[in-house]
Amino acid sequence: MAEDLTRVLTEKFPSGLEVHSNAPGDEVIAVGGAVLLEVMSWLKEGPLEYTMLLDLTCLDERPLGRGLTMVYHLLSLRRNHRLRVKVFLAAESPAVSSLAGLWKNANWLEREAYDMFGVAFAGHPDLRRILMYEGFEGFPLRKDYPLRKRQPRLKERVPDA
Amino acid sequence: MPERVAVEARRDSLLLNLGPSHPAMHGIIRVMVELQGEKILNAELEIGYLHRGFEKTCEAKTYFNLLPYTDRLNYVSPLINNLAYAMTMEKMLGLAVPERAQAIRVLMSELSRVSDHLTALGAMAMETGAFTVFLYMMKAREYLWDVIEWTTGARMTTSYIRIGGVRADLEPGYRERVALAVKETRQVLKDVHGLLDGNKIFLNRTRDVGVISREDAVSYGWTGPCLRSTGVYYDVRKARPYLIYDRLSFEVPLGSRGDNFDRYLVRMLEMEQSLRIIEQVTAALPPGPARTGTGVEPAEAIARSRRKREPRPIRLSPTLEGSEADLYPGLVAQGAGFAVPPKEETYTSMEGLISHFLFFMKGRGLHPPPGEVYASVEGGNGEVGFYIVSDGSDRPYRLHLRAPCFHLTAALEQMVRGALVADIIPTFGSLNMIGGELDR
Repeated sequence: MAEDLTRVLTEKFPSGLEVHSNAPGDEVIAVGGAVLLEVMSWLKEGPLEYTMLLDLTCLDERPLGRGLTMVYHLLSLRRNHRLRVKVFLAAESPAVSSLAGLWKNANWLEREAYDMFGVAFAGHPDLRRILMYEGFEGFPLRKDYPLRKRQPRLKERVPDA
Repeated sequence: MPERVAVEARRDSLLLNLGPSHPAMHGIIRVMVELQGEKILNAELEIGYLHRGFEKTCEAKTYFNLLPYTDRLNYVSPLINNLAYAMTMEKMLGLAVPERAQAIRVLMSELSRVSDHLTALGAMAMETGAFTVFLYMMKAREYLWDVIEWTTGARMTTSYIRIGGVRADLEPGYRERVALAVKETRQVLKDVHGLLDGNKIFLNRTRDVGVISREDAVSYGWTGPCLRSTGVYYDVRKARPYLIYDRLSFEVPLGSRGDNFDRYLVRMLEMEQSLRIIEQVTAALPPGPARTGTGVEPAEAIARSRRKREPRPIRLSPTLEGSEADLYPGLVAQGAGFAVPPKEETYTSMEGLISHFLFFMKGRGLHPPPGEVYASVEGGNGEVGFYIVSDGSDRPYRLHLRAPCFHLTAALEQMVRGALVADIIPTFGSLNMIGGELDR
């Protein structure tokens, strides 16, 4: 399977994509941020039929000398196959295109990634915090956010007149 | 900042707030709806009230120490969370779990699945006026939790399924308890079928209410009974068989309409299948090694070993059971470094004490090789997956939980749009939102 996938993907996308297979039991591909939307919509609607966005999360790899990394898990129900897609983002003001137009759960998942890591999703319809509150400072799952940091108390919210 | 639903509100509509603290909003979640009469024009969910930084906390704990935090995700079926975490770590370490431990894990998962479905449906039925069903289901759950408590020592905060195996063997006499729990649950299921399946009140609140199409369910990343209620065949136990599931015979019930009633029915039928699995496992599971004597308290073991070397085998009191070296071969994968050193050694010999500290001290203990891994199991609500990145140290560099009910709850806004206010309650109930898992 790994060879097939490699061949199909490199034929379809000769640039901006590389195939890793370093993780036990899972195929991993790395995609350039510029072609992400194109690759993802082909993976979803093309012959591979990755119809489900199983999971979406982010990794802060700045302490390891890289930037942030988006990690997507796709699932093809028909072929019963799972694929991990990675996108490497810049360390400063990370941004990537939103998948909210392709999968409906990407809306909330990207809000969570924005909330926790500060990744800006271009084209997201409603990008704001989801688990933390409005007025929270910083991005808690980044490695430079201290575990026990306290947040300042918010001002009392005055109801609109 | 005002809420989206308030910004988008039409001129002559009414905004209504359900929650965050509302008896039907299991846990704490806020639903804001824009109404025209009783019709919902627009809806918005606010979550995060139970956010406690699960992922951040786990990244600061060692691989062994973070296990109790996983109990508190889906707190109705903590054993499945334990299992998902343990299996992810086993995939990372390449461990093979002994047969007996695998069977015990299946037994525990299925008991948890049934109790999870019982809780979900009990609450859903109660909110649609069927209080009897709630009481019956809680009664059945008590019998199941008796088995769990008898085995793990706790009802909810189990921490029982460990990396490499399970913490303790089943208690002698578990078969009778399991048989009783299965019998009582079957009776309750039969009663509930009779009470609800043709019940006009229940049908009016659930039939063709909260409908979701197959495509939308997949697009929302739904898994578990909610996805199967739309007719999509996906069950992790069948798609990627783990443990001994490929050797057990069970069916995966499917719905067709994707409404509240189908979600109810799929869960009901799934419980029957889980009971079948429980019976198969208990029938096939060989009895564990027999135990004799009452055992000694740790303090006494320490005192004895001070005077002279304590002769083997020694048996500690049942409060520490499961940590005897002679039980390990059937319960924990063999190899050094990932299982708690046997307690009798710790209490009675210097070498045992040293290996105990080497296991628990900061910077010691489990060190998986650098890499990343994703593994998942079928939980009560769907696919519970862990994505763990290791940098070779003793704690995860990144730990992410794929929470099934996050994806389920994300669809609620769409499902209630166009429905009536009263429809929110059974629709929300049928999704089985669990705060601990949703907000992490």
